[in-house]
Amino acid sequence: MSQLIDLINQESKERRASFPEFAAGDTVNVHVKIREGNKERIQQFQGVVIQRRNANTNGETFTVRKVSNQIGTERIFPIISPNIDKIEVVRRGKVRRARLFYLRGLSGKASRIKEKRVNVAAKA
Amino acid sequence: MPGIIGKKIGMTSLFTPDGKNVPCTLIQAGPCVVTQVKTLENDGYTAVQLGYGDKKAKNTNKPLAGHFAKAGVTPRKKLVEFRTDDVASYTLGAEVNAEYFVEGDFVDVVGTSKGKGFQGVVKRHNFAGVGGQTHGQHNRGRHPGSIGACSWPSRVFKGMRMAGRMGGDRVKVQNLKVMRVMLEHNLILVSGSVPGAKNGYVILEK
Repeated sequence: MSQLIDLINQESKERRASFPEFAAGDTVNVHVKIREGNKERIQQFQGVVIQRRNANTNGETFTVRKVSNQIGTERIFPIISPNIDKIEVVRRGKVRRARLFYLRGLSGKASRIKEKRVNVAAKA
Repeated sequence: MPGIIGKKIGMTSLFTPDGKNVPCTLIQAGPCVVTQVKTLENDGYTAVQLGYGDKKAKNTNKPLAGHFAKAGVTPRKKLVEFRTDDVASYTLGAEVNAEYFVEGDFVDVVGTSKGKGFQGVVKRHNFAGVGGQTHGQHNRGRHPGSIGACSWPSRVFKGMRMAGRMGGDRVKVQNLKVMRVMLEHNLILVSGSVPGAKNGYVILEK
């Protein structure tokens, strides 16, 4: 029976696949569509992905944390939301867990994440 | 056609173009067949009876087998009658599909809710229970409390809400929006939830 539901979910599956792979610890730049009256513009939100929830479902979300003006800000994006224009992976981070809530208690130098060196040639 | 018989497939969610996440239920609506057309002359009222779901001939009793043979269709599991004034446009044995519904329509969905067994008043009637967790109270957190006065009326009024069997009732959910229609599979996606378990029969009414 779930095959019939897959017919409906095909679109969102393709949409999920259209984004680059990213995981907790990566720094991403999310291009968000913002509608003001009839005008639509794109706002960027760059920060560290601290978690991805409900993976591989229509309800999948990811949380991006960014510190702006010494104030920590977190935004939760549904990954198949039509308001997301683009997701760019800026930097891969090397982390040892899937949920980086410990970053909330850290600031400055302590909150840095080591970069993960990925062999581009091997991946491609 | 005032309605169609279907089967609940399951739930998923869909984003609208303005970014709202809408929970949706997928229903396989049809293919149904017209098993009987009731007319004013024969039956005193007008209605159309539809059949849905295949059934083995050996599991069909003789009276029903005759009923299906009259319509010229194979035996069906579920029969539902729909009242309508416009019976002239239906012929016996004709197939009825999901094409009767279009995107943007509002439909009512009837189903049998999931059985919950014997339940107390807190779950069954949304009572708040008695008292608090503290102040020396115990063993009455989910109780119904008083069920009436004392020497008058010296009885419990009829219809007093108490514990008992919950669920398994016929439930109608009104005004569900048709989000998508997939005719090749007879699938209809409606917004919101629908009574009953997966693979349960539901009736869609327009």
